Amino acid sequence: MFRFLFDRDTWQEVYDSFSKNKLRSILTMVGVWWGILLLIGLLGSARGLENSFNRLFGSFATNSVFVWGQSTSKPFKGFQEGKQVRLTLSDAKKIEENVEGIEFVVPRNQNQAQVIRKFLSGNFNINGDYPLLDQVQKKKLIHGRFINQNDIDNNKKIAVISEEIYKQLFDKDENVIGEYIQVNNINFKVVGMFENGNVNMGPTTDIHIPFTTFQQIYNQGDQIGWMMITGKPEYDIKQIENDAKLLLKNLNSIHPNDKRAFGSFNLGKEFAKVTGFLTGMQFLTWFVGIATLIAGVFAIGNILLITVKERTKEIGVRRALGATPFEIKRQIVVEAVFLTLVAGLFGIISGGWILIILDTAFGQGADATIVNASVSIAVVFIALIILVILGTLIGLIPAFKATSIKPIEALREE
Amino acid sequence: MLKISQLHKSYPIGDSSLHVLKGIDLSVEDGEMVAIMGSSGSGKSTLLNIIGMLDEADEGEYILDGLPIKDLTEKKAAVYRNKFLGFIFQSFNLINYKTALENVALPLYYQGMKRKQRQELAMFHLEKVGLAGWAQHLPKELSGGQNQRVAIARALAANPKLLLADEPTGALDTKTSYEIMEFIQQLNDEGKTILMVTHEEDIANMCKRIVRLRDGVIMEDKKVKQVRAEQYV
Repeated sequence: MFRFLFDRDTWQEVYDSFSKNKLRSILTMVGVWWGILLLIGLLGSARGLENSFNRLFGSFATNSVFVWGQSTSKPFKGFQEGKQVRLTLSDAKKIEENVEGIEFVVPRNQNQAQVIRKFLSGNFNINGDYPLLDQVQKKKLIHGRFINQNDIDNNKKIAVISEEIYKQLFDKDENVIGEYIQVNNINFKVVGMFENGNVNMGPTTDIHIPFTTFQQIYNQGDQIGWMMITGKPEYDIKQIENDAKLLLKNLNSIHPNDKRAFGSFNLGKEFAKVTGFLTGMQFLTWFVGIATLIAGVFAIGNILLITVKERTKEIGVRRALGATPFEIKRQIVVEAVFLTLVAGLFGIISGGWILIILDTAFGQGADATIVNASVSIAVVFIALIILVILGTLIGLIPAFKATSIKPIEALREE
Repeated sequence: MLKISQLHKSYPIGDSSLHVLKGIDLSVEDGEMVAIMGSSGSGKSTLLNIIGMLDEADEGEYILDGLPIKDLTEKKAAVYRNKFLGFIFQSFNLINYKTALENVALPLYYQGMKRKQRQELAMFHLEKVGLAGWAQHLPKELSGGQNQRVAIARALAANPKLLLADEPTGALDTKTSYEIMEFIQQLNDEGKTILMVTHEEDIANMCKRIVRLRDGVIMEDKKVKQVRAEQYV
């Protein structure tokens, strides 16, 4: 059945009919070429934008919400309004145990402090953290390690610092691991250094120390600054936020309708807005691309119709010589698919060039708007399959047209 | 070889219909060379087309080499045409973007013959019509007589039982016409059965039998003494 695809004559025929109408064939192919180019270019740019957003949110688990205590706005159970609310470790533990769909609850503490090393000093954020933080807000470590459970258990005086702090407190090319920095006049051994990460929000001047150590040096007891709650991917983060807040109100004797007792920032919700926009853009891209593609393929069908009309007599001769209608149809469909495929391949290649140009123009540097604009191989394959299907379908129209007239009438045609 | 009885054919023209063939009876034996004559509109081309399975009769019987030709699908008709018939047209009907060799090889292509074998066979037939040296030329680079010889080689390529020629000399000057006729006579001498439509008396007289049509019926069907074409060349 498919032997004819490997037959030299089949392609000789295709080449002949193409070279007979070079200009017209090429002009027609431009339609498909343009469609595919648009599809690849737009999809690639959309992916580039998505990548740049992902880089923005990259280090965070996106299905997460931050919750911190404020002051109450309603009196409840004998407490006056205006009561200060501080979250505690047990709150965090209860949320983890009782709210459905929770993946992690990460309690955190933060303070500003003067940090001194030799003759250099600076004011930095001191964070008291659990090893878990590395799961929800990935640190790209350049040297060393992040805080581990042993550090927590033994209240170790170790610190993980950002690259920015290294730049401010250390000399160039100086060794960082094992060196000591002074926080609140207490020596901390540096065990790790991480990349600055997202530059859009300014370089991070964070020092992470074990949570338990933080508790100790700032005398915090069980209190925590805020907690970061991440939900399992299949759960709605908005619901988790509501459930967690309600539980917190219950635990802290706060009126259930008190809206101001807890502050929160729902990263998942913000992220959903962005991804929604990106999804919309991707849909639009596919829509525009496919629509243009269909228009291009129709142009090819049109040109083949004209070609078939012009070759009516030739087709008549072939049939007189013993070509079956199937053989005639097959040849025309092969031509249609060939034209669409070649135009499509050129479109994919030039689409790739467009993406390369986009990348050199907008994709360089850390704050690029388009990051790694690209399309996956799967998309290219889907596009090619769509092309083959459309080419076949559209080729059937002239194919049936070619064999619809009787050979005798075809021969009479001048 | 060929037997036709009570063949009728009419074409619709607007609301009425034109009765072109009104009961044709004709039989042709192996090795005959028959000229079908008649003025335009007499139905001679229609008859040839029906014999060539390019057209279908409304009524009547047509038996080709013992095979009844009736209600053929397009596919079957194509296979029969390829196997049994060779066509020679007035305007040659060569494919203009294919070389002489490729044109001759075309019927063999539709037989599913391998490329190499096909080209050898086509070359053999081109040699036979004396155009071996022109194998790689396009039809537009050849003269009318040469083109018709290529067309004859093409008609012969599939070794058909019956050659059908529709005014084979209609587009040629007298001298070239006689050359072509000489060639067709040679084929007939070798045993090919030939059926040709013509309206030229001198050409018809170079056949062995003349069938005259008028208004869709056979007026006359007689054997003639063949005039050899080589004496004019």
